Amino acid sequence: MVKKGNSKASVGKTAKKSKDIKRAKTTKNVKKEMASAVTPQSIDSKLKDLPLPPSIIEELKECLNKVKPTGAQLEHIIQMSVEAYERAKVEPCEAVGIVAAQSIGEPGTQMTMRTFHYAGVAEINVTLGLPRLIEIVDARKIPSTPIMRIKLEPEYARDRDKARALGWGIEQTNIIDIGSMSVDMAKMQIVIELDEKMTSRRNITAEEIAQKINAETKAEVQAEGLKLTINPVQHSYRGLLRLVNDIKGITLKGVKGIRRIIIRKENDEYVLYTEGSALKKVLQFVGVDSSRTKTNNINEIADVLGIEAARNAIVSEAMDTLREQGLEVDIRHIMLVADMVTAGGSVKQIGRHGVAGEKASVLSRAAFEVTVNHLLDASIKGQVDELSGVTENVIVGQPIQLGTGDVELMYKAKE
Amino acid sequence: MTKLKKIGKIKFGLLSPQEVRKMSVTKIITADTYDNDGFPIEMGLMDPRLGVIDPGLRCRTCGGRPGECPGHFGHIELAAPVIHIGFAKLIKKILQATCRKCGRLLLDEEAKKKYQDEIKGLKKIGRSTNNVIKDVFKNSVKISVCPHCGEEQKNIKFEKPTTYIEEGHKLMPSDVRDRLECIPDDDVEMLGMDASKARPEWMILTALPVPPVTARPSITLESGQRSEDDLTHKLVDIIRINQRFQENREAGAPQLIIEDLWELLQYHATTFLDNEVSGVPPARHRSGRPLKTLSQRLKGKEGRFRGSLSGKRVNFSARTVISPDPNLDIDEVGIPLEIAREMTITMNITPQNIKECKEYVRRGADRHPGANYVKRLDGQRIKVTDKNSEELVEALEPGWKIDRQLKDGDVVLFNRQPSLHRMSIMAHKVKVMPNKTFRLNPAVCPPYNADFDGDEMNLHVPQTEEARAEARILIAVEENLLSPRFGGPIIGGIHDHITGLFILTRGTTLFDENDALELLRKSHVRDLKKPAMHENDKPYWTGKQIFSLILPKGLNLTYRAKACENCDVCKKSECKTDAYVVIKDGKLLCGTIDEKAIGAFSGGVLDRIIKEFSPAEGKKFLDNATRLAIRAITHFGFSFGIDDEDIPQEAQSQIDEIMMEAEKQVKRLIEAYKAGELDALPGRTIDETLEMKIMEELGKARDQAGNIASQHLGLENSAVAMATSGARGSMLNLTQMSTCVGQQSVRGERITRGYDGRTLPHFKKGDLGAAAKGFVKSSYKTGLRPTEFFFHAIGGREGLVDTAVRTSQSGYLQRRLINALLDLEVKYDGTVRDTRGLIVQFKYGEDGIDPSKSDYGKSVNVRRIIQNITGQDPAEV
Repeated sequence: MVKKGNSKASVGKTAKKSKDIKRAKTTKNVKKEMASAVTPQSIDSKLKDLPLPPSIIEELKECLNKVKPTGAQLEHIIQMSVEAYERAKVEPCEAVGIVAAQSIGEPGTQMTMRTFHYAGVAEINVTLGLPRLIEIVDARKIPSTPIMRIKLEPEYARDRDKARALGWGIEQTNIIDIGSMSVDMAKMQIVIELDEKMTSRRNITAEEIAQKINAETKAEVQAEGLKLTINPVQHSYRGLLRLVNDIKGITLKGVKGIRRIIIRKENDEYVLYTEGSALKKVLQFVGVDSSRTKTNNINEIADVLGIEAARNAIVSEAMDTLREQGLEVDIRHIMLVADMVTAGGSVKQIGRHGVAGEKASVLSRAAFEVTVNHLLDASIKGQVDELSGVTENVIVGQPIQLGTGDVELMYKAKE
Repeated sequence: MTKLKKIGKIKFGLLSPQEVRKMSVTKIITADTYDNDGFPIEMGLMDPRLGVIDPGLRCRTCGGRPGECPGHFGHIELAAPVIHIGFAKLIKKILQATCRKCGRLLLDEEAKKKYQDEIKGLKKIGRSTNNVIKDVFKNSVKISVCPHCGEEQKNIKFEKPTTYIEEGHKLMPSDVRDRLECIPDDDVEMLGMDASKARPEWMILTALPVPPVTARPSITLESGQRSEDDLTHKLVDIIRINQRFQENREAGAPQLIIEDLWELLQYHATTFLDNEVSGVPPARHRSGRPLKTLSQRLKGKEGRFRGSLSGKRVNFSARTVISPDPNLDIDEVGIPLEIAREMTITMNITPQNIKECKEYVRRGADRHPGANYVKRLDGQRIKVTDKNSEELVEALEPGWKIDRQLKDGDVVLFNRQPSLHRMSIMAHKVKVMPNKTFRLNPAVCPPYNADFDGDEMNLHVPQTEEARAEARILIAVEENLLSPRFGGPIIGGIHDHITGLFILTRGTTLFDENDALELLRKSHVRDLKKPAMHENDKPYWTGKQIFSLILPKGLNLTYRAKACENCDVCKKSECKTDAYVVIKDGKLLCGTIDEKAIGAFSGGVLDRIIKEFSPAEGKKFLDNATRLAIRAITHFGFSFGIDDEDIPQEAQSQIDEIMMEAEKQVKRLIEAYKAGELDALPGRTIDETLEMKIMEELGKARDQAGNIASQHLGLENSAVAMATSGARGSMLNLTQMSTCVGQQSVRGERITRGYDGRTLPHFKKGDLGAAAKGFVKSSYKTGLRPTEFFFHAIGGREGLVDTAVRTSQSGYLQRRLINALLDLEVKYDGTVRDTRGLIVQFKYGEDGIDPSKSDYGKSVNVRRIIQNITGQDPAEV
């Protein structure tokens, strides 16, 4: 009986496994074990070395512990699982690239164009649907609606006040957020009246503001309580007006580029959502959980966390975009796109300035976009087209080296 | 079999003047094309040595007939060199980077060595040298004194399109050429050029190749006049100016005139190569149309590359309108007899099939499965006619070939554009039919995205045995039931298939033997099995039993149907909507069959049959199910009319009340807003808050009205049956028809644009009420008021624009994605690589699983396996 089980599961036979079974064979109560429910330990040991992906083994373990099968059933289940896995493997020569491209492109026709939609947070606009997908594939430096989701350390995540205070600290603060500014033309002065509530909320004092303005503009600033008077260096109306604008632009506190912060409660923890993105700076704040904080700006992730993180960000962003539209696309297709885009070590665009423009084949590039320039360029460099890809062989009228075109049939005649 | 000739690789390079002369069959000196008798002039643009286009003539160079002779190049000796427009910018960069006297690169030996090594290293590992070359250019421009000869460099300015000015003094192309000639090969390499294939001076044209006439054929108009190709026109211009230039120079004309002519020659050479250069007025035809010259021929969608080279035209194809035929199998395609007689398959005659072949030839071209042509051993093709058919039958012998007409059972490829995914082309089996449309089973519409409102589809007949084998094994409909996009079924029942089975299997409907057999008449089931009950000694079967007959034995499945209301505690088989589906050993015990069972994209039952049995079993099930459904729906009768939208009086008054109340509520909100009592929502302005609240209020009103309406519309209402079964439409559609259309929106907001402060002159300025901002109170049945109708048109227009924009955008996205990924392939070691061998993934999808063979992305359906073996569902233990 054991022998039979072994031979059936031979697909995934490993040295260790066969040893295990040999040992089991020597034990006397084999038959008994086959009929009664097996212990969790023996399930574990049986599953340990199967040639299956870890996620499947995990799931098997969990389900088997619930169901408590008999030894024979367990053997059968394992054998069926291994068979199912072997059956589902990709065949060599499969044109996975084309299938992936089609699987992402085809649902694109069913997506909505509506740029602005509200996802997760009602208060913040996010680009979704086809425009967002195009944005991901284009590898834009800055997405049209950058957003961050800042998760907090436990201490901050449970305490609304602490989370809020941290939020105030991160949010970009300009002078208009905390006070009103007026220009006294007669005295050639700028007067700023600070709002007490706002300043205390953002934990900033008049002196700090005065110093900051002084440092940025070199103008002379006097602080009296909540009133700031500023005397410009240049005594001209134009200088005065320019100074007003300069002061408006100064980031007094917080991270430049984070225009708004919204606090939301998600599963017992407070999470900060930001309009605008500055990953590097935000991660430096005490209280921010740097391992769970993310942004939708893929290039920023590549800069701060590296290319592997960017690759994962592309996968998750694209999956989220498609899922939100109710479209089911296998994650493997998106992984392939993400890997293609990031394989070179930087996030490349899908298109003439990236992947398609860096192909080895001249004909393939010429057939895509900017035909003439590619041909001129190739002639100058004396480039050679090896005719190994799909487009090139279609152009010259030869069978392509992909899928069924990549295998040859040979017949060996009998002597 | 002859071995195919193979093109190994293609080298690109520049033509040197010597090469141009060497490959030229004649020098072209006269601008005229034909003489008065209509004969081509020797050494003219239509010289007979350049190839033939007129039928009946032979090429003077190779002796080939039109079609055989590829054409031969000639050349024009330019009286003065001109710049090749494609390289104008590069020439400037090279001039700046090299010494004006000795021609060497303006870098000292040390820097040169450094860059040289770098280039060599990069080339060795097969990387791009672009960045290094950019540096070379950047650094050499900065140097003002030549480190080799000590010559002081002058500043060179480039004026678009083709003028170079060196400190006020214009450099003629001949001067430029002289300088480029001086550059040593070593230095040329460092400028990113390959000196053996592209010397820099070759970028200045001295001998212009003249394309063969086959590349610029002239057409004879009806009037007998010849109309020349655009390229010929341009060449005429070049030769004329070239001659004038020469004459003027020989006559010793003043420098000014010479320069003018030189410029003119440059202009013509430029537009000959590219007629869309910025800063150069495009050369025009007499009619004012810009000429299509060399660059324009290559460029763009209809250009040589994308239009002619990447897009091949084929024979053995057909195209016509499609129409549905539910009696066909899903992998069949009905082909009009006329098309079947025109399209052929080549058969090689062997001793085994000679009898069959003789029969085809005997039948000839006029009686359907016949043969149109016979090909003898010597390659002669003979048309089979009434007269010669008997004669040919006798002569037929192994080794000959016949072109046999298409007949039932042949495999053909069927396609509908846009071909967005691989299921847009599938292999079907031929079924020859009368009438003039392609017929297909409506169940295969989803993958093609086809409907029958006038769609046309294409059909291709594979011509080799290998192609037919591939079509049968890989491209067949049966093999494409599951989509590689998500690993679920993409082909499945639609519309009436779902409604039909829904009505059949809902609750307990009883059928006597007659009816039961009638329902199953088109399905391949004859044995009715045990009846559910007897009454008056007559056996009766339930709808569920009848459906069970087409399910394969051994199928076990439990799931919740679309009608499931997600009750807190599931009553399971006691479900009042009959939404708890249990299939045990191929018997439907309870639950209703709907879209979630057999629908395309979501059919769970279909999915399980394909995965646990086989695609063939899945196909059989789908064939049977769709036929049963069609017979069921015709048995019961199914229609929808205007009176199905009727709502009882009391419901109508309730609805009116809700609408009144909603309007009042909106008014109240507006008053609060005007009085400044409205509190803004966090992160919103007060205006936005008001809008959101009004939208919410009106949305709620529409939903309430809809709920009241649907309470009065039961499952006996056809639209409700279609909506709940998921066949077509939704309850929202029905409410819009019967009760209230609802708010019309543009970009997710109420309609605001129009006149100053109001949407239409029917309203007061500043009116923020429901009606003034596009709320449609009426239903489609009662009809819309004029203002409502207008708002509805506004909302509808947005949808139309959206679709138009989307198709173009997603089309481009798809093209880019395909182009970026098309070379990727899984290698035998499991890695994914591109053509260069660059590894993109070490294991495809991280686990090496093919999504189309997976179960919704999972390689192993652990739950199903355990359930099938132990009989316990792990999720419910």
